[in-house]
Amino acid sequence: MIAYLVRRILYAVPVLIGVNLLTFLLFFYVNSPDDMARMHLGDKRVTPEAITKWKADRGYDKAMFFNSSADGAKSLTNTVFFEKSVSLFQFEFGAADDGRDIGHDIRQRMWPSLAIAVPSFLVGLLCYITMALLLALLRATRIDLIGVILCVAAMSISGLFYIIGGQWLISKLWHWVPISGYADGVAGWRFVVLPVLIGIIGGLGGAARLYRTLFIEEMAKDYVRTARAKGLSESRVLFGHVLRNAMIPILTGVVVAIPTLFIGSLVMESFFGIPGLGSYTIDAIQSQDFQVVRAMVFLGSFLYIIGLILTDISYTLADPRVRVG
Amino acid sequence: MPFKPVVLWTDLLVFLLIGVLIAAAIHTRRREHLLAPWKKVARSVYGMCALVVLLAFLAVGLLDSLHFRSKLPGESGQVNYAPEVLSVFDLLAAPMRKKVEKTYSAPLSLHSFAKETVTHADGTQTREFPRLRHGGTHLKDSATDHVTDVARKAVGGLGLALVTWLVVVILTIATIARRRATTPSAVYAGMLRGQTDIPWRAMFVTLAVMLCALGPALALSGHYHVMGTDKVGQDVLYQALKSIRTGLVIGTLTTLIMLPFALALGLAAGYFGGWIDDVITYLYTTLNSIPGVLLIAASILLSQAWVDRHPGLFETVTERADVRLLFLCLILGITSWTGLCRLLRGEALKLREADYVQAAHALGVSHMRIALRHLLPNVMHIVLIVIVMDFSGLVLAEAVLSYVGIGVDPSMISFGTMINNARFELAREPMVWWSLAAAFFFMFVLVLSANLFADAVRDAFDPRLRSGWSLTLSRARAMGRRT
Repeated sequence: MIAYLVRRILYAVPVLIGVNLLTFLLFFYVNSPDDMARMHLGDKRVTPEAITKWKADRGYDKAMFFNSSADGAKSLTNTVFFEKSVSLFQFEFGAADDGRDIGHDIRQRMWPSLAIAVPSFLVGLLCYITMALLLALLRATRIDLIGVILCVAAMSISGLFYIIGGQWLISKLWHWVPISGYADGVAGWRFVVLPVLIGIIGGLGGAARLYRTLFIEEMAKDYVRTARAKGLSESRVLFGHVLRNAMIPILTGVVVAIPTLFIGSLVMESFFGIPGLGSYTIDAIQSQDFQVVRAMVFLGSFLYIIGLILTDISYTLADPRVRVG
Repeated sequence: MPFKPVVLWTDLLVFLLIGVLIAAAIHTRRREHLLAPWKKVARSVYGMCALVVLLAFLAVGLLDSLHFRSKLPGESGQVNYAPEVLSVFDLLAAPMRKKVEKTYSAPLSLHSFAKETVTHADGTQTREFPRLRHGGTHLKDSATDHVTDVARKAVGGLGLALVTWLVVVILTIATIARRRATTPSAVYAGMLRGQTDIPWRAMFVTLAVMLCALGPALALSGHYHVMGTDKVGQDVLYQALKSIRTGLVIGTLTTLIMLPFALALGLAAGYFGGWIDDVITYLYTTLNSIPGVLLIAASILLSQAWVDRHPGLFETVTERADVRLLFLCLILGITSWTGLCRLLRGEALKLREADYVQAAHALGVSHMRIALRHLLPNVMHIVLIVIVMDFSGLVLAEAVLSYVGIGVDPSMISFGTMINNARFELAREPMVWWSLAAAFFFMFVLVLSANLFADAVRDAFDPRLRSGWSLTLSRARAMGRRT
């Protein structure tokens, strides 16, 4: 197991380097430092000296990939690519355009994101599985048919509709909770309820239908028939055998999402005014702050890769047939 | 020439796609084994009803894809064309497009939604809801005639819809009767009892419902704003109809642009194995691990910066917006092709061991030929299922991306831009609901029918692989939902 883990983690390194290379190409090559300088300085103050100074301040005045003026190993290390990559791998994201430290902002903003994302994830998963089990239990009845039709309809509705409609109904019409905003600590629960609820409802249709299919497929297998033939009660069959086995495919789809919960949801956070990483990213996108977007891309990929590794581990824990080595 | 045709990049690709579809249909017609699953689709009630709706959307989208620039009146010597690119659909919808009010007005209303200070002829000023510039101006006595006129026009539209419906039904029955060499009444009786192979009864009911909604709306749209007007006074129904093309383009072109890459790389990885497999797997793992929204955001930002630096490349605003749309499709494709690539790799791994592939290899058939003759036909059903299943997710994703500001160009009408512009309207007092309602309703109908049709196609082509696929696909499509 340890050897397998080490190998997986080692395998993640080239992937991360690839991600880094790709984002570097996107941010520094397609849009060269000269262009960035011009954009930031504004059209009026652009002089060759100003651009050179802007680049020198940020360390962009070196060669991109290969510094031919330096010698030995320096020709590779004394470049923009190497320096920017190394700082990313050390999780030093540098400063945003407004001068704030990106790493500090990320550490502060990840808590509101988690406050929304973790309850949505856990309660949501519980709701989806319960709903799917219910439909699977009542399969081929009228209730099941209606449930599936409702699921298809629900997954055809835009997520934006749930957000806008939910805010209007619950906050504006019924005045149950504030429309948007955030407060730290326990007092913040009023701000968390609505986004969590809407997040869960928005995903209900697709997830419940998918899990129902998984359950029903599992129920058609031979071992289930054997279990029934042994005289086990239907609930025992469902919870003891079907649920456990059907959890394996569900797990693979779900575990990968756990680390990315940090990133939060872009749209939810901006709609509900949550000062998390999602709204941080949106603000950066809208103000064209490349440093922040680049840091978030790197962080997102890093967390995704952790998610993949976790998925493999959870696989071996849930399914004894899977052996790693 | 009174106009100058403009072929946008997306138009070109859309018509190329239509051409390919027609060619594929002709190819399939003669081959029973290719036709069999389609016959199964044709027997699915939900699928065929959804198809009727989808065809209507497609018709609007295609009409909206024929672009041109009209000639400006001027001196005879030199020819100038209008800077505005119009489509055939714009011509048909000219009454809706040209009747621009000052600001909000409710559906079918005669008056503006906001109070204004109106100066009367005698110099006195009052605060009142001013009369609209275009909505219902044909009425003589607007207070008393309004309701009756709306009712009369709606009934007229309904009648026209009914006539159209009857013509379609009669023509279909006549065609079937001639082909089967029976009497039309026998065909009619079979349809009425719902005993036909193709669910004609359900399809005609769907058509009737659609026409009943469309007929009155069209009849009224010449004189009123059926869905009201938005903040800058544009007709909302017109915008919703224009959004259809954007949605269709994103839904179809995205998958198609990346299809060649996904096919080539996926098949190569599975078929050759070894280091080729390693490299390709590495490639898609890397791409996949970048959060889709962020990759899209970064690319759109950069493309925007690039377009801003090269303003001379595009003659009109529409052309610039179109290039951005195409670029959005490309980026969305890059983020979503990995799911398909992985599926194809898995399938090619299996096919590689198949006896006929081994035999072909032993007989010295080249790799290229094996790929084209033996692998490709056996993975086409996967490709097809992925294309139709991705469609609805992409339409939904467009709305979210445009809302975030990394979707289509703000000047391009789409469901996303409509929702984005109307995002604060429910919070107004009194509330403005029609823009959002129209955008969400049209998007819902489009996505729902796409989902139902996709289910029918998947069931017909590969009922065994339901969950495994949905799982892989749902991960690929998660971007649209999870953001």
